[in-house]
Amino acid sequence: MATASSVELARRARALAVQMVARAKASHIGGALSMADLLAVLYTEVLNVRPHDPAWPERDRFLLSKGHACTALYATLALRGFFPVEELEEYGRDGSRLMAHVSHRVPGVEFSTGSLGHALPFGLGLALGARWRAARHRVFVLVSDGELDEGSNWEAILFAPQHGLDNLTLLVDYNRIQSLGAVAEVLDLAPLADKFRAFRWAVREVDGHDHSQLRDALTRLPAEPGRPTVILAHTIKGKGVSYMEDQLLWHYKSPDAAQLAQALAELGDHR
Amino acid sequence: MRTAFIQEFIRQAREHPDLFLVVGDLGFSVVEPFAAEFPDRFLNAGVAEQNMTGLAAGLAASGYHVFTYSIANFPTLRCLEQIRNDVCYHGLPVTVVSVGAGLSYGNLGYSHHAVQDLGILRTLGELTVLSPADPGETRACVRWLANHPGPSYLRLGKAGEPELHAEQPLEPVPVKVLDGNAEVALVATGSVLKSALEAARAVHAEGWQVPVFSCPWLQPADERWTAALAGFRCLLAVEEHVAAGGLASLLRDALPPAAEVRGLAVPLAVTRQVGSQEYLRRQAGLDAAGVLARLRAWRTG
Repeated sequence: MATASSVELARRARALAVQMVARAKASHIGGALSMADLLAVLYTEVLNVRPHDPAWPERDRFLLSKGHACTALYATLALRGFFPVEELEEYGRDGSRLMAHVSHRVPGVEFSTGSLGHALPFGLGLALGARWRAARHRVFVLVSDGELDEGSNWEAILFAPQHGLDNLTLLVDYNRIQSLGAVAEVLDLAPLADKFRAFRWAVREVDGHDHSQLRDALTRLPAEPGRPTVILAHTIKGKGVSYMEDQLLWHYKSPDAAQLAQALAELGDHR
Repeated sequence: MRTAFIQEFIRQAREHPDLFLVVGDLGFSVVEPFAAEFPDRFLNAGVAEQNMTGLAAGLAASGYHVFTYSIANFPTLRCLEQIRNDVCYHGLPVTVVSVGAGLSYGNLGYSHHAVQDLGILRTLGELTVLSPADPGETRACVRWLANHPGPSYLRLGKAGEPELHAEQPLEPVPVKVLDGNAEVALVATGSVLKSALEAARAVHAEGWQVPVFSCPWLQPADERWTAALAGFRCLLAVEEHVAAGGLASLLRDALPPAAEVRGLAVPLAVTRQVGSQEYLRRQAGLDAAGVLARLRAWRTG
């Protein structure tokens, strides 16, 4: 059972992200499109947040570690009412707070990233802090598959089960393409689920574009009491725009006018 | 100094419920009393300094003032980007504490010679940088830090350093620890202040009243900081750090161009040697005799 609102949010966020990247002649649209469904389900059905009170102390904390893919997050936050959708036009412009790697100056963004492998350790601190202060909010961290090359992530992956951080959920946007090639050819992560199991995490694997599966995984947390949960979301880089799907090129390229029109048509954006 | 640190930190933790200590699997026979008294404000992050610093930032964002603690270059250079991005950029109250400043761990070799930290960390303008010279200055630094949560760095020696002057509250200025009316002054930071004081006392005995300043406070160095060192023809900086980016460099950056600054620092070649701190200071010309020789050389032009 798909939820219309999350599907519609993902569709609109994708269309906005493509427009932002085209307007700013920016990169990284492929990794923004691959995680759009994760964000849509998180921000409609999972995260306990208040768009008009982004600093509400009891909010769930969401950290985007793959900060380069921030267009999809900015679009999702704007569509959820954290700031005006019109402001997205400022993305990447001189002096804009919507900088091209995710920024905590943007309402709803907890933590600035851009260098990979930073958000999960920070998330551990938030999860520990919540536990020690007897707070009930949860911590969600979204990483790319490529950034699991970073040693800092594995330091954190070793740490979280040691401290039984079951208020922490890690999402892996497993789109199988990293900066210079296929993950399998650069530094193969397989068998990734087994690696996490060996590190004592509770592991769920889902189709990262199937909202029912995402909702099922994300609303039954922790997957095992006393353990951190990792959700391996199998995704397609560039999902939703036919000529971008599974193409390394769209880690870098910005669509021209014709490509933008085609992308928006495919995404059902009829403006 | 590490004993003075932990004793004062425990005292401050009793008054400041936000103080939290995260160690990088180091601090044997130092941190145990804190861990015993405050088990819910102590964490051993393991041998993983990037994660230690990142999670310290996360804890700081949860309302704690977190001190990360390790030795030599491990809590500073190993996780420099976490200090820069996670702590400084987000303006979070994390104090990085490194034990073993300069050549304190001299006989452990190059990996443990902490002689580039000031130069590197001073470029992070968000950090308050403190470098005490003795147990008294260490206690004053800890008291100040506990009352001023923010991104900060505390550079400590090791153990057994003598008290070099009367304890006083930390102020953001160099501290005059030996009075004098000479045109030249010795300015030191860290426990190598001892060499400067011994050299100055030797020339005082000859009637040459060279004053000595200690700089537990290095950053930010504002007008008040520089005013404390105004009026001298020459400042001779004494530091257990390489010349690049250290105290002499700071003096040149901060003081009017008219002030002549000379530096006594650790030559890189000395980091290739091993030996006790005393031995390596002698090799570097940073013992009392070395400072004395530089003073006399200045006088004879």
